[in-house]
Order: sequence, then C-alpha cells, then structure tokens
Amino acid sequence: MPEILDLARTQVLERGVGLDEAGVLAVLRLPDECVPDALQLAHEVRMRWCGPEVEVEGIVSLKTGGCPEDCHFCSQSGLFTSPVRSVWLDIPALVEAAKQTAKTGATEFCIVAAVRGPDDRLMKQMREGVAAIRAEVDIQVAASLGMLSQAQVDELVEMGVHRYNHNLETCRSYFPNVVTTHSWEERWDTLRMVRDSGMEVCCGGILGLGETVEQRAEFAVQLAELDPHEVPLNFLNPRPGTPLGDRPVVEGKDALRAIAAFRLAMPRTILRYAGGRELTLGDLGTRDGLLGGINAVIVGNYLTTLGRPAGDDLALLDELKMPVKALSATL
Amino acid sequence: MTGKGDAVTAAALWCDRCGERAAEGDHSACAAARRLEPPRYCPACRRRMKVQVLPAGWSATCVEHGTARSG
Repeated sequence: MPEILDLARTQVLERGVGLDEAGVLAVLRLPDECVPDALQLAHEVRMRWCGPEVEVEGIVSLKTGGCPEDCHFCSQSGLFTSPVRSVWLDIPALVEAAKQTAKTGATEFCIVAAVRGPDDRLMKQMREGVAAIRAEVDIQVAASLGMLSQAQVDELVEMGVHRYNHNLETCRSYFPNVVTTHSWEERWDTLRMVRDSGMEVCCGGILGLGETVEQRAEFAVQLAELDPHEVPLNFLNPRPGTPLGDRPVVEGKDALRAIAAFRLAMPRTILRYAGGRELTLGDLGTRDGLLGGINAVIVGNYLTTLGRPAGDDLALLDELKMPVKALSATL
Repeated sequence: MTGKGDAVTAAALWCDRCGERAAEGDHSACAAARRLEPPRYCPACRRRMKVQVLPAGWSATCVEHGTARSG
C-alpha cells in the first residue's frame, strides 16, 4: 500500500480530515496499479462520512447561449463560433423539466442560465419559474445564474432557492488561461455572499482544461478551503467552435484518480458526477466512480448535451445497493 | 436527423452536427458524437436551429423547416 494511502486511512478515514495539497498530488500521481486501492479507500471515506445515500439531481438551461463571457470550454459563449443559438425556456417548459426530474426520484432541480450575472428579465423569469415549480412539483430548487449582487442573493433566498451553484471551474493559478472576462476572485466573492446568506454552496469545476496535475491538486485544496456543500466534478467535453474544442478528453484512469483524490481532500462534501463522464469514463467508469468516492449524480441530459438515460443510472444505483436520497431527508 | 416532429422531413442534405454537406466527407465522428448531442444544424437547409434540451429530451427548431424532437 503506498504511503499516501496509509496516511489517508488514518487522517481522512478515521479522523475526517482532508488531505493537504501535497497529499492530493501524491494521490493524483499514484501508478495505475494503485488506483483501485485509492478508489476503495475513497469509497470507505464516503461511506463513513457521508453514508450510502446518493443525491440525484436534474438540471436545465433557462437561458441558453449568447453569453458575453469567454469561458474557453463553453459552447454558450457568444464570442465563439459554436453552433449553439441563444434561446429562452418558457415557464411551462421549465415546470415540465422539473416534473421530468422529479419522476426520476431526484431531490434537486437546478435552473441554469448562461450569463455573466442575472439582469432584471432573468430575475423575473426566475421568480415566476421557481413559484410555478414550487406550486406543482415536490422538489428542491437550486440555481446557477453567474455572479450575483447582494440584492440578488437576498432575492433568491426569498424565492426559496436553497442551493446556489457557481463553479470556480479550475484552480486560481490556471483560471486566467480559461477565462479572461472576469476573475477567479470575482467568482469567490459571489460564493462568499451565497455562503453568508444561508443558501447551500455548490461549487466545483472541470478537469481536462489543460491544467497540470499540480494545478489539479491546487484546485482540490482551494475547493476544500471553501468547504462547499456540494462539488460537481465535470470532465471536459470538447465543444466544437470553442477554444478548447480540440483538446483531448481526460483519460479514464486520470479521471478516477481525480475522483479519489477530491474525495480524500473533502471527506464530507457531496461529490457529484456532472458533465463529461459518459465521454471520459463510459458505463464502466460510472460504476467505478460511484464505488470510489462519488455520492451524487446528475441524471438525464445536461444543458446543451445529452447524458445517459436516467433509468440506466438509477438501475446502477439499485444494483450497487446505494439508496437514492429521499426528499424528506433533505428538508 | 434522429428524432420525430412536425417538420424536418426533407432528405438530409447537410450534417446536423457540423453543418457540412452530408454527402461529402466522413461524418462518422459526427454520428458518434450525436449519440450524446442534439442536432445543431437543419439537415434540409443548414440553418442553425434553436435547440432546447430538457432532462428527458430535446427539441430543435428551424425557422424554415419546423421542429424536430427526440424520439
């Protein structure tokens, strides 16, 4: 057993204290033959500090495309030649999306908009949409609307939005290579306001943007410092027309190393499989991740791309004897 | 185009993923990618379509040729 896994067993599994940057880096550098041991330990950590339940979530894009920001991975930026056109979802379709999500047994429904931050029109659409969902669908509503003002944070709390997603995307040192229209610190400021408001903080990122393995470790500990309620872990799905459209996808073994490493950095967080897992890991990898530290999934489609059928993920959870977290347990 | 709807029934002249001529070049990578993507270009006229993705399906609308939906 590698020394770092012995240390992690004592520190993370037994005491619930996440690995530091050097420790995370050591996990990310484990040779292939040690990855199963790292995943096994990460799974034990997840079971010990989070339990067997898996949180299931659906997401939908309320406002797609036409974003003024230049996040180099994103097909929704209006600055690139991506074929994604700008379009808004109307309220009935939003409610339908929430119903589709609830039908899977999901407890979370996240409304996402491709914007720098919400304007009055978007906040009005949110007000009406959240009210309509709450009137018709038994599900918790989360939101991801970019950078917020304090007044907007307060308004989302008032609407009943219980969790806010705002990904840091990558580590602080690499962020300027990925986004130039705003800073990592601006994102951090929004996250701090969200935390102070009492909303749950959801913050993760994307692996495979061109960051080094050292920067991956840096990112894990920066997230751990933030201590978010949830960390969605995406793997780059290179989108045509974006500056990262020609990047290779993350190797499956590297993705699994990262899952184990992020779990060992954050023993108590909800670590969610998000976009790109189908491409990077396929069916087999989805199983490996769920047995390697992941304890939440986005089911169904993503914002502009498609996911595995929700039924396939739910059948896998059933087979693995991992119960879907019930709504009553989240209230 | 994979899907069914009230329109877009014309023969596929254009690749609905990359927007290039369907009969020219190799579109096997596009076909593979389309398993995890909705269409983006109208196969009849190459216009970029307005695409909405919901958790359990998608719709793609061409202003000229109508709307297709996931089947």
